[in-house]
Amino acid sequence: MADVAIATTLSQETAEPARRGRPRLLAKLRRPLAALTLLLPAMTLMTLLLIGPVVAVLAMSLTDYQLGAPSWSFVGFDNYLELYGDRVFWTSLLNTLVYVAIVVPASMALGLGIALLIESGTSLRAFYRSIFFIPVMATLIAMAISWEYMLHPQFGLINLTLKSLGLPAQAWLTNPELALPTIAAIGVWQLFGFNMVLFLAGLVSIPPHLYEAAVMDGARSAWSRFWLVTWPMLGPVTMFVAIISAIRSFQVFDTVHVLTKGGPSKATEVLLYSMYSEGFEFFRSGHAAAIAVVFLAFVLLLTILKVRVIEKKVHYA
Amino acid sequence: MAMFELTGVRKSFERTEVLKGVDLDIADGEFISLVGPSGCGKSTLLRIIAGLEDQTDGSVRIGGDVVDGIRPADRNLAMVFQSYALYPHLTVFNNIAVPLRMRRLSALQRLPLVRWLVPGTRSAECGIHADVEKVAELLGMRDLLHRKPAQLSGGQRQRVAVGRAIVREPRGFLLDEPLSNLDAKLRVHMRTEIAQLHRRLAATFIYVTHDQAEAMTMSDRIAVMMDGNIIQIGSPDDVYDDPQDLRVAEFIGSPKINILEGATVGEDRALVLAGHRIPISVSEQAGRSISVGIRPEAMRLASSEGALVSGRLAHKENLGAEVLLHVDVDGQSAPVIVRLDHGGARSIRIGEMIDLTFAMEDLRLFDKAGRRVGAKAAQKELAYG
Ligand SMILES: Nc1ncnc2c1ncn2[C@@H]1O[C@H](COP(=O)(O)OP(=O)(O)O)[C@@H](O)[C@H]1O
Ligand SMILES: [Mg+2]
Repeated sequence: MADVAIATTLSQETAEPARRGRPRLLAKLRRPLAALTLLLPAMTLMTLLLIGPVVAVLAMSLTDYQLGAPSWSFVGFDNYLELYGDRVFWTSLLNTLVYVAIVVPASMALGLGIALLIESGTSLRAFYRSIFFIPVMATLIAMAISWEYMLHPQFGLINLTLKSLGLPAQAWLTNPELALPTIAAIGVWQLFGFNMVLFLAGLVSIPPHLYEAAVMDGARSAWSRFWLVTWPMLGPVTMFVAIISAIRSFQVFDTVHVLTKGGPSKATEVLLYSMYSEGFEFFRSGHAAAIAVVFLAFVLLLTILKVRVIEKKVHYA
Repeated sequence: MAMFELTGVRKSFERTEVLKGVDLDIADGEFISLVGPSGCGKSTLLRIIAGLEDQTDGSVRIGGDVVDGIRPADRNLAMVFQSYALYPHLTVFNNIAVPLRMRRLSALQRLPLVRWLVPGTRSAECGIHADVEKVAELLGMRDLLHRKPAQLSGGQRQRVAVGRAIVREPRGFLLDEPLSNLDAKLRVHMRTEIAQLHRRLAATFIYVTHDQAEAMTMSDRIAVMMDGNIIQIGSPDDVYDDPQDLRVAEFIGSPKINILEGATVGEDRALVLAGHRIPISVSEQAGRSISVGIRPEAMRLASSEGALVSGRLAHKENLGAEVLLHVDVDGQSAPVIVRLDHGGARSIRIGEMIDLTFAMEDLRLFDKAGRRVGAKAAQKELAYG
């Protein structure tokens, strides 16, 4: 509100002399001025909350600043060179990519499968839609704590179930080979409901006549109709879901923080967790900023891809 | 033997009954049109024949076999949809090839890449290629084969939809208003093309339309549907000349048939129309009101003493080859339309009184319920003409 008020007075002040001097010029400038005035609040907010911090992080990544330190100096690309030689950073980057590579296809396949089941069913659609969407809305920190109980080696629901079935219990979060897949499974659980909703929206928009044409053309099985109509018609939605899922799973942090703290022996160290521990446990802010920049680069890449895909809305032209 | 036999087909959606017991026999190689106002159940009937919809009651036979409960893909029919329903992601070639691939290739042979490892795929694809080319040639769209549907005009899409239907040899073609998304000129042109295609393929065509002109120009027989019933079936001439129901008379023909309010009087049950006693004997009790149908082209100008109907000229529509006169007649709610040859009414001005006559055999009489009523010329009277 304050922004708007200031903006209007400013533009009036600059406009006043012009009105007397050159009325034509004012008339010409009125529209762009109005546009600028209206944009000002949003631009101020964007600068304060988005562009400013990004620039600050970029700048900080070129310094040796430590949180709380009274002085700092410019070190150029030293932080990046250090990252390049840091084994933990590479482990963390690789873990993040593995996590994305598990979570994206799995949450998409599960989301699409359940969307297809819900869409082909006749009853209780709203009910299924809601229960599968609950994990998306739940706070992940809270959910991670309940997962911690479920995954508890002795008393956890999952191991108790396995034991009662005569299967060996697993150390889900302390076995270095199982920890990352377990974290990824929780990621899938959290994400697939969101993908399901997007796929449901995509499925509803497929014209029913296409399925009828497919049936008349001899597509007897649901399988062949899926490949002839559903899958290609979902193409744009699928691309969108893939990119959104990739961005979201790149941001994995909460589960790691609550359940494993990056362990055992860095098996679940992921980018955002490294950044967090560098920045807020070891107070090496410059170093953390460099990791943040690497992270931002990946997200930016995916975002550019997304914008490209969305701009190509006329997918089948 | 009839190719298609429908007996007592009924269909209800929840509580509303859309088809109320339809019986229909269609001969092999026939072009039959289902025509009627929209919402009368034409598409539903066609979809029941196709198997896309299950009837509530009654049965459908195709080629002598009962097909109730048999899946659409196994009925071996081809359908052209009103919306064309082309696969937007496939090129014209691939759209037309779909029915062939679905039938000639196994599921494995349709998988991308893997398909080429399966023996026989290459030769089957060659056959498919040749067949698609043949159809493209026939429909004059060889240049379009590599385009996507979004890059085609409405008429071209319609052609692709037809191509996809005729590329294999189904037992019959079902067409649901295939021309209604085209502009008027193209529609008239495509009427001819579809009729020629029918002659060439000598296959059974079931053609749904709400446009009586399409039905009249293309069909061997027309089935007129109203409110979920077929109320008359016959050749276009039969249905036009000899409507058995007032609704048929009013639906078929453009401009619409004139309906005048008349009544039967006296012992000889003569017809009274616009104050004139018409010397015919109506097979309906005296004192009943009668709807008298006269086609616009059956009306003629008359001298004032020979006039059977008189009225004031309200409007003149010059169509070039012919002219339509709109005549307000006292006691009739709608103007009487008279169709005359070019120049036939040049001297008449708007607002003038004109006198009209007609031949008695051109009258079509209907009772209050809209059923056709017979009439014969009264004895010792001369026919008008
Ligand atoms: N799936 C459906 N569910 C409910 N009502 C339907 C359905 N399909 C058609 N109808 C109704 O059946 C009637 C006949 O429809 P339709 O056969 O499409 O008419 P037409 O093709 O002659 O215009 C319409 O009143 C329509 O609303
Ligand atoms: Mg219809």
